[in-house]
Amino acid sequence: MNDLHTLLSRVVASGGVRLVDLTQTLSPDFPPIVLPPEMGQCRPFRMEEVSRYDARGPAWYWNNLSFGEHTGTHFDAPIHWISGRDLPNNALDELPVQNFIAPACVIDCSGEAQADADFLLTKDHVAAFEKQHGRIAAGSWVLMRTDWSKRTDPVAYQNLDDTGQHTPGPDPDCVRFLVTERDVLGFGTETIGTDAGQAAHFTPPYPCHYYMHGAGKYGLQCLCNLDLLPATGALVIAAPLKILDGSGSPLRVLALVPVAA
Amino acid sequence: MSDTAQRPKRKNPILRTRLPTLPPGTRSRVALGLTAAAAYGRFKLQVCEQCGAVQYPPRELCHDCLSHRLLWRIQDGSGELLTDTVLRAAQELFFRERLPWRVGLIRLDAGVNVIAYLHARVGAAPCRVRVETALDRAGQAVLVAVPEGGRLDLSDDPRLREFACDPRGRKILVSDGKSPVGQAVVRALADAGADLIWTGGAEPWKKIAGFEALRALQPVQPVPLDLTDSRSVRSLAGEIGGKVDIVINTADCHRTFGIAAHHGVETAQLEMDVNYFGLLRLAQEFAPALKARAADGAANAVAWVNVLSIFALANYPPHGTYSASKAAALSLSQALRAELKPAGVRVINIFPGPIDDDWDQLIMPPKLAPAALAGAIIDALQGAVEDVYPGDVAQDWLARRLDNPKALEREAGEGGL
Repeated sequence: MNDLHTLLSRVVASGGVRLVDLTQTLSPDFPPIVLPPEMGQCRPFRMEEVSRYDARGPAWYWNNLSFGEHTGTHFDAPIHWISGRDLPNNALDELPVQNFIAPACVIDCSGEAQADADFLLTKDHVAAFEKQHGRIAAGSWVLMRTDWSKRTDPVAYQNLDDTGQHTPGPDPDCVRFLVTERDVLGFGTETIGTDAGQAAHFTPPYPCHYYMHGAGKYGLQCLCNLDLLPATGALVIAAPLKILDGSGSPLRVLALVPVAA
Repeated sequence: MSDTAQRPKRKNPILRTRLPTLPPGTRSRVALGLTAAAAYGRFKLQVCEQCGAVQYPPRELCHDCLSHRLLWRIQDGSGELLTDTVLRAAQELFFRERLPWRVGLIRLDAGVNVIAYLHARVGAAPCRVRVETALDRAGQAVLVAVPEGGRLDLSDDPRLREFACDPRGRKILVSDGKSPVGQAVVRALADAGADLIWTGGAEPWKKIAGFEALRALQPVQPVPLDLTDSRSVRSLAGEIGGKVDIVINTADCHRTFGIAAHHGVETAQLEMDVNYFGLLRLAQEFAPALKARAADGAANAVAWVNVLSIFALANYPPHGTYSASKAAALSLSQALRAELKPAGVRVINIFPGPIDDDWDQLIMPPKLAPAALAGAIIDALQGAVEDVYPGDVAQDWLARRLDNPKALEREAGEGGL
């Protein structure tokens, strides 16, 4: 069988592989990142109807969309951060396409994140994960499962108070370890941002952005359904839009999960 | 207190909803001078520059010396009611539906005779009165006589009440209740007796203490509304559009940038998206239902209020892109005014100067308190004007603009307020 499509279809149809959608619906109600109002803002997802089988276009329905590159379930390229600005092939139109299909390690922090919205993933947590599931292979996505995506109320999802956002993320040491010791492909979260909500106060600020992108690694955020993935063994397809000099893009993220026979 | 204090009886749904009728709205170009002043609450008549004779009705040449140099000057309106009469028959549909209607002939102390509507509190002729202007439902200036020493209270007259847009007993949408101005407007409407205040709020994850506190006010009902999101506006209009009597658009995006000091267009687009396109979205979704309910009983749809800015009149370069977005909104409001005019729904534009809020922090006083702006909106709704310049700075800009718009452009261009 030399036809890849047929092969893959049969594997899926036979129940040997499950397809999991890790993508949130792009909608005007999905909250964007919150920054102080005097700063430049990420435009939230908006759609304007062009026609809907009416005088504006009698037989067709379509919309014009507008949104920031970092809206909804989205991909961060190295050029997004100042630490990655001088790297070669750091923008969306230059990224090596082979990186768009990669294995994923899923670290379950759902219990910790439920107990503490400011929970930080540390090197010790990663060590415990590796002890149970084996060493994180180079070129893997590391996905931090927090079940944060189950917060369907945008207010609870943002979780802002007068000291800013309170969402879980990795601590600086952990990110350094994943980059230098494990050479991961990138880091993915269920929250708005690969960094914790309070990461502006870390050293360096936003360590996941700073170290990951500084080393040419990627980010995935606003993922969902991570609870449907195994700790290891899933293959993630995450191909961002090919935008000239693009720093990131919303995308459809799919996982292929082997089903134990 | 007037009988509008009681909540109007609910409508009988098997009867046809009445359609609006308007008083005669045609005026000559020169007669529009009366409307131009009445639009912001002034009573002006032409005065001959050559011989000093006051003119009425408005005309091209002085009735006394035939000079064409007639200038519109503010009048104090004092005079004597010479005779009064009651209309009991009329061919005009507007009056036919509202008879009887009392009018009088007044000799102004300025030396001319005028025919004016008589407020219910004016006694039988002869007596001293004061004449004021009001905009009628056709948007044109009319003269109204009140007892000498009194002020025009439209709510106190069963006929003239219709010239106002009193919030008492009405259902009102405030498009943004989260800003300091929005909060103040909602509170003022509650104090003024509004029946229901749908209080819009965007971005629910951004908690504003003052906005949350509005929930304690009895008529307040918070609703999700984001003027940058067409779906949000459409969805709210689908829910409440057919019930709204007054729309007050308080939504405002104010950033403080000029051209050279801020790179790119993103921030300016956001300002336009709220201040201009937001008004367009709101108008497309809510104006049709307002028009349809313009004669729907005592709590009919009556008004649309836009909170603009004096910077819509002349660009203030330190807030250059904001000024441009407000100028765009002003232009669109004129289209809205024209489209709502056949229904008699009044579009009221508010032109505040700098407001005492975060975005005008670095502007020197005097600055308009949000509560003062809200009070000006209530006054405008209870009165019969369509352009409001609340506070000292706005009044100064109005005077300078009437005097010399080019000079105002130059002064504002040099950063002067």
